[in-house]
Amino acid sequence: MTVLRKALLVLGLPAVLFAVWWLASAGSTSFYFPPLSEIVAEFGETWTAERWRDDVLPSVARLGAGYAASCVAGVALGLLIGRVRWLFHATEPVLEFARAVPPPVLVPVIMLFAGIGDGMKVAVIVSGCLWPILLNTVAGVRSVEPVQLDTAAAYRLGRTRTLATVVLPGASPRIVTGMRQALAIGVILMVISEMFAAQSGLGFAIVQFQRSYAIPAMWSGILLLGCLGAALAALFTVFDRAVLHWYHRQRTEEA
Amino acid sequence: MSDDSPDALSGKRLHSPRPRSKGPRPRPVPPLLLGAAGVAAALLAGQLLPLTPLVNPRYFPTTGAVLAALADDLARAEFWRALGDTLVAWAAGLAIAVAAGAALGILIGSLPPVRAATASTIEFLRPIPSVALVPLAVLLFGTRLPSTLLLVVYAAFWQVLVQILAGVRDVDPVAADTAKSLRLTAWQRLTRLAWPTALPYLMTGVRLAATVALVLAVTAELVIGSPGLGHEIAVAQTSGAAERMYALILVAGALGVAVNLGVRALEREVLAWHPAVRGEAQW
Repeated sequence: MTVLRKALLVLGLPAVLFAVWWLASAGSTSFYFPPLSEIVAEFGETWTAERWRDDVLPSVARLGAGYAASCVAGVALGLLIGRVRWLFHATEPVLEFARAVPPPVLVPVIMLFAGIGDGMKVAVIVSGCLWPILLNTVAGVRSVEPVQLDTAAAYRLGRTRTLATVVLPGASPRIVTGMRQALAIGVILMVISEMFAAQSGLGFAIVQFQRSYAIPAMWSGILLLGCLGAALAALFTVFDRAVLHWYHRQRTEEA
Repeated sequence: MSDDSPDALSGKRLHSPRPRSKGPRPRPVPPLLLGAAGVAAALLAGQLLPLTPLVNPRYFPTTGAVLAALADDLARAEFWRALGDTLVAWAAGLAIAVAAGAALGILIGSLPPVRAATASTIEFLRPIPSVALVPLAVLLFGTRLPSTLLLVVYAAFWQVLVQILAGVRDVDPVAADTAKSLRLTAWQRLTRLAWPTALPYLMTGVRLAATVALVLAVTAELVIGSPGLGHEIAVAQTSGAAERMYALILVAGALGVAVNLGVRALEREVLAWHPAVRGEAQW
């Protein structure tokens, strides 16, 4: 019974909304809002294995590469800046400014340097994803309990072990928060970098459909992009639960 | 025992770096000075790097050239019009998103069955990147302001909604029971209980939404070509005016900093009564 109720709660509204969209658009003759049945039919036709290979997977691969690079660089630099007091104070204003620049405006700049190839797109993704991870890591490192650091020092843990066993776990909730923000930015930049100058990619394909007035195909692309965003967010939640299970448990116990 | 060994009795922080010499530790440089030095170093690097063969000055003009272009821009009416367009799109989009997000959030949050039924839908819609709506915006509104607004509102709305939902859920159960036994009406419970509890969360949502709204406003202008700073950057790029492009990016960054500072100040103002600085809801 409870399983059924849960399933109903999770699937009920989406099913209703889908049905409403389906029925409301069934007889639609509007050029911009074609019937959902047409979009769904188009979905299968548009996103063939070939398109997945040529457009979707390269996009996701570039996102993965840029995101991974941002995570590694952001956490490494964040640990350094968070631990070294003078470096933190010296870099804080510059970093705050860098974070405040809306990342997509860097696309034209990066295009100047890196052309319009894969490297440019990965660089664009890094230029946006790095800052939330870096700044959250710095904040996390600086908010580690001083008592824990003192304890580590009293036990003469050494620099590396202190970093690995005290600082990194202490900062990890903030690091994960930064990584979550970065993922959302990364997806946006993946699409934008392909809208600017590209011959392939999800963003390129969707803009291409719109320019050629292939409206059902465009809608199917929007749906696919939405599903991709939702899937990545769901994956991240799994990652978050796995890495920070101790932290979430602590929080629910406190509450 | 050497003189740099940690000493609990002196109260010295045990993990602080040990002084290399036996003399007294030099007084630390004040953070403000260090920050200024960092900014100066960045500007200096920007001035000197293009003079070396490492980077092409056509791609990466000197700080001086960029600042000159910026001064040029500041004297032009078009620049101020573009800045105004961006600010209008940002403010209008943010206002719509906050009003809609807060109203819907309180409604959904205070009706448990509705909250349970909508949770999965919200979780699905929220991560949809708003740039996915670019083609739709172009078709519907062309290169006008509503195109920008569509993207800004979609992106900012979820930030507010999610925070408000977390805030309404955070109502102290004892306070809720007390309100019930005192026979507060639904309206009174809303205004006296749910609203004050959710307000800090709302402010967090507004802070996040304000940043996201600016990013999406500039992005929409850049990609779609609706009027504003982003469009000016695209124009500068296509006409090969690298100095102007960098100058406008600096302006966009300054705008971002101003938005951050402004929203933080607003947060402190509105939540002056709140006993604690609240953390962001974990979603």
